Amino acid sequence: MKFTLKVWRQKNAKAKGRFETYRIDGISPDTSFLEMLDILNNNLIREGKEPIAFDHDCREGICGICSLYINGRPHGPDDEITTCQLHCRKFKDGDVITVEPWRSAAFPVVKDLVVDRNAFDKILQAGGFISTTGIAPDANLIQIPKADAEEAMDASACIGCGACVAACKNGSAMLFVAARVSALAKLPQGRPEAARRAKAMVAKMDELGFGACSNTGACEAECPKGVSIAHIARLNREFLLAKIQD
Amino acid sequence: MSLSGLFLLIFLALHLALNFAALFSRELYESVCEFMDTNLLVQIMVPVLAAGFIIHILFSMFVEFKNWTARPRAIAYRVPNKSKALGWESKYMFVLGVIIVGFLVLHLVNFWAKMQLQHFIGGEPENAYDLLIALFKNPYYCAAYIVWFAALYFHVSHGFWSAFQSIGVSNSKWLPRLQFLAKIYAAVIFLGFSAVPLCVLSGLCG
Ligand code: SF4
Ligand code: FES
Repeated sequence: MKFTLKVWRQKNAKAKGRFETYRIDGISPDTSFLEMLDILNNNLIREGKEPIAFDHDCREGICGICSLYINGRPHGPDDEITTCQLHCRKFKDGDVITVEPWRSAAFPVVKDLVVDRNAFDKILQAGGFISTTGIAPDANLIQIPKADAEEAMDASACIGCGACVAACKNGSAMLFVAARVSALAKLPQGRPEAARRAKAMVAKMDELGFGACSNTGACEAECPKGVSIAHIARLNREFLLAKIQD
Repeated sequence: MSLSGLFLLIFLALHLALNFAALFSRELYESVCEFMDTNLLVQIMVPVLAAGFIIHILFSMFVEFKNWTARPRAIAYRVPNKSKALGWESKYMFVLGVIIVGFLVLHLVNFWAKMQLQHFIGGEPENAYDLLIALFKNPYYCAAYIVWFAALYFHVSHGFWSAFQSIGVSNSKWLPRLQFLAKIYAAVIFLGFSAVPLCVLSGLCG
């Protein structure tokens, strides 16, 4: 297969970026999208040019580090997958593919297609944890209804990739925060700190410049893990109840 | 925003119920107007309602501005955001809101200012029924009125369930139910409010 790639290139966080056009040929349909970029980078290095910087790590949809806005969609033209799970067979031979960085003011570009997602770490540091003292009790001593465990697990599927923020016209991080709050609020171990957690994480999210949720549902549609916006309702409930108790 | 929105949704339903009086007879409509002009509770609720509108509008402007600042500006994105949303209306709530406010002003000038406002300022109100018939005999006015409620249909079909979601009164079971109810509520509002102008225009009443 052959493609024309229009890629956002930006030297560093301060530099002014621009689109560059590259042509690539001889790509197998079963090549993953990131492998195709690897091949392109090898070509660029051979030509003595600067390779394209993009985030990647596990390449199996687990770590959440790969990003990329491909043809106007985060993680590209497929549902419930990460960019590393996208394959060239999803495109037509000869396609023009535009590759851009994640879209959000809270995720500034570091270089080319790499964005700084530290804001997510800061939100997690604000409350996305359970504090324990003493020894850990035997896990089987705490009984958890199956439905609750399932819902907590569905929320825990979030890999923190940030596609929800990038997809949202408001640049809101609600789905990410909701997934974290919901996962812990649904389990007895997370209950003692639930109120404090919801307040702290929402406050941090606002402080870091993410937008406000207007329930467009774009986050859910683009989330590689299919995290439901029903979790956002739980976050709102936890947050409001915590505020009322104050 | 969600609370003021829900408050305005209740108001819409009440207003619609009163409108239906016009479909039955001149006498019924006039007595309803009489009630609205004299009942003490209604007099108290008028400023509360106005406050509801103002809070809803100011808050939406604040949120819209905040969300505007959350969008990236350093990158000249070439491809428009193609992420699928739950409905196009969810992305254009503010634009729909602006359209609704525009027609609302027209509506207040044409109806309310000549009816209830006159009671407040001690003026001479016009006969409500005559006013209604005269305005809705004009097809352009009717068309504008229906466009107004079409915009409201889309605004409500998102706003209804979205408000419940924002106050946390929703879950995986209720989310689809509320979305369905939103469509029903919006359709009732749209069809109900369009009924009076259409009846007058077609000569079925008046
Ligand atoms: S909620 Fe989904 S889209 Fe958002 S960070 Fe988690 S996995 Fe990514
Ligand atoms: S590289 Fe780890 S999820 Fe894509």
